Amino acid sequence: MFAACADPKAIESLTWLTCYLTSGKHLDFYWSFVTVLTLLALTAPIALAMGFLGASAARARFFPLRILGKSYAALVRGVPDIVFFLFFVIALDQGIEYMKSLAVCQGGEWPWQGLEFRVCPEAKVPLGAASAMWHQAYGFGLAVFTFAIVFGAFAANVLYGAMNAVPQAQLETAEAYGMSHGQVFRRILVPQMWVFALPGLSNLWMILIKATPLLFLLGVKDIVYYARELGGSKTQAYEYPHPDWRLWYFLGLLVFYLVFTSVSERVLARISARLSRGQATAAGEAMRKAAP
Amino acid sequence: MKKLLLATALIAVSGAAFAQDVVRLGTEGAYPPFNFINDAGEVAGFERDVGDELCKRAELTCEWVTNEWDSIIPNLQSGNYDVIIAGMSITDERDEVIDFSQGYYPPTSSAYVAVAADADLKGVISAQVSTIQAGYIAESGATLLEFPTPDETIAAVRNGEAAAVFADKDFLIPIVAESGGELMFVGDEVRLGGGVGLAFRESDTELKAKFDAAIQSMKDDGSLNALIETHFGPEGAKF
Repeated sequence: MFAACADPKAIESLTWLTCYLTSGKHLDFYWSFVTVLTLLALTAPIALAMGFLGASAARARFFPLRILGKSYAALVRGVPDIVFFLFFVIALDQGIEYMKSLAVCQGGEWPWQGLEFRVCPEAKVPLGAASAMWHQAYGFGLAVFTFAIVFGAFAANVLYGAMNAVPQAQLETAEAYGMSHGQVFRRILVPQMWVFALPGLSNLWMILIKATPLLFLLGVKDIVYYARELGGSKTQAYEYPHPDWRLWYFLGLLVFYLVFTSVSERVLARISARLSRGQATAAGEAMRKAAP
Repeated sequence: MKKLLLATALIAVSGAAFAQDVVRLGTEGAYPPFNFINDAGEVAGFERDVGDELCKRAELTCEWVTNEWDSIIPNLQSGNYDVIIAGMSITDERDEVIDFSQGYYPPTSSAYVAVAADADLKGVISAQVSTIQAGYIAESGATLLEFPTPDETIAAVRNGEAAAVFADKDFLIPIVAESGGELMFVGDEVRLGGGVGLAFRESDTELKAKFDAAIQSMKDDGSLNALIETHFGPEGAKF
């Protein structure tokens, strides 16, 4: 990056450290923080939306829909995360390529041949000739989708519980005023359930923050991968040889995670206060009494 | 009409040939001097040089992909890349599920490294998961302690978790040499595997033939030995 870094083995102390911390691999490391934050920013709303759909389906009066919503939450929550991230992603990837092969391949051979999965080169997603960036973006997309499904199932359960926690009397009163089923759901149930859902959802958010190292299973290089890779001892084959420094890198990650979770805590506390206003809960009641 | 069909078929065939011209090479990127991610964040090492030269000779456009060691064979089979070039020893066990090219690195010795000369080689021995060394230790009667990356197997010896590490000698030589006397070779060397080769899907015979021919041409003109000398020093095993 800097001219002084042209010959890393000849420089010392502070210059060496500056050059070391700005090497190409370290810049990739810094970028991986952006990757993780982007993943969180995309996954959280999608997972919440999936959870909302799942919970609404689980409450539906139409029986098949109710079964669908309930089994989504039950099945996905029951499967260990690591199995999900290993098996489901490969199945999803092959499924996408199989669908594409039906459209673009001639011959239509069954792609699962023994241990191999084989489709014609045109059906590869992304195409073999695509740049590395597309391969990464595709892997990232699969990651967001998988995280959203897994965390959506947990969110569905949380929201389902929250919907049931809204006092039945309020719903019945609304119906007595002549509101339709949909109107009760939109005007009475949903606005009030968030305060009950928040503790569960904030738990999920915290777990999601810490689950991002699972990204590496999907081939996306995340901050934990880089900390391990950069921290490992390096021989003279590398430009910047050094002993085992993993402790320092992981301490750095510890600080990152602690700062990030404590900021989240504060934001969630504010949201909680906002949602409790005027609610028939202990927190809402306390607010009412404190008001002049 | 016939001509039109023929032309369509030709375009389809040439399209397929074009798409196949980009060959994705999968490597681990954590096994110096065979392959590692250098400080610029790119794949480097002996296999980078060999792979690039082979692709040039076979007139293929190649792209490098990294994949963790443990899932490197399943990901080849599911088509995420087309070739494994990751210091993988040719063994009968692996040959049942994938195909190997001829060796581009001769059969080598595996060795034990410990912090003390009297290390108990029947005690806890660290090795990388799914390697021939791990298989050997499991059968030798010692207690096998497996790690996903080669670097962690060394760290386990340094912090006393394992009595010794068992790995490719070529990987261990620079580590022992630069440890300042902390680490040393102990016990006897063991010869394992049938050399290091490229791995392909069993259905990819055409691609394998191209690489086999390219490896042969590098052996014939001595350029392969020259690369071994550059990366493993004068004591590196030659053809």
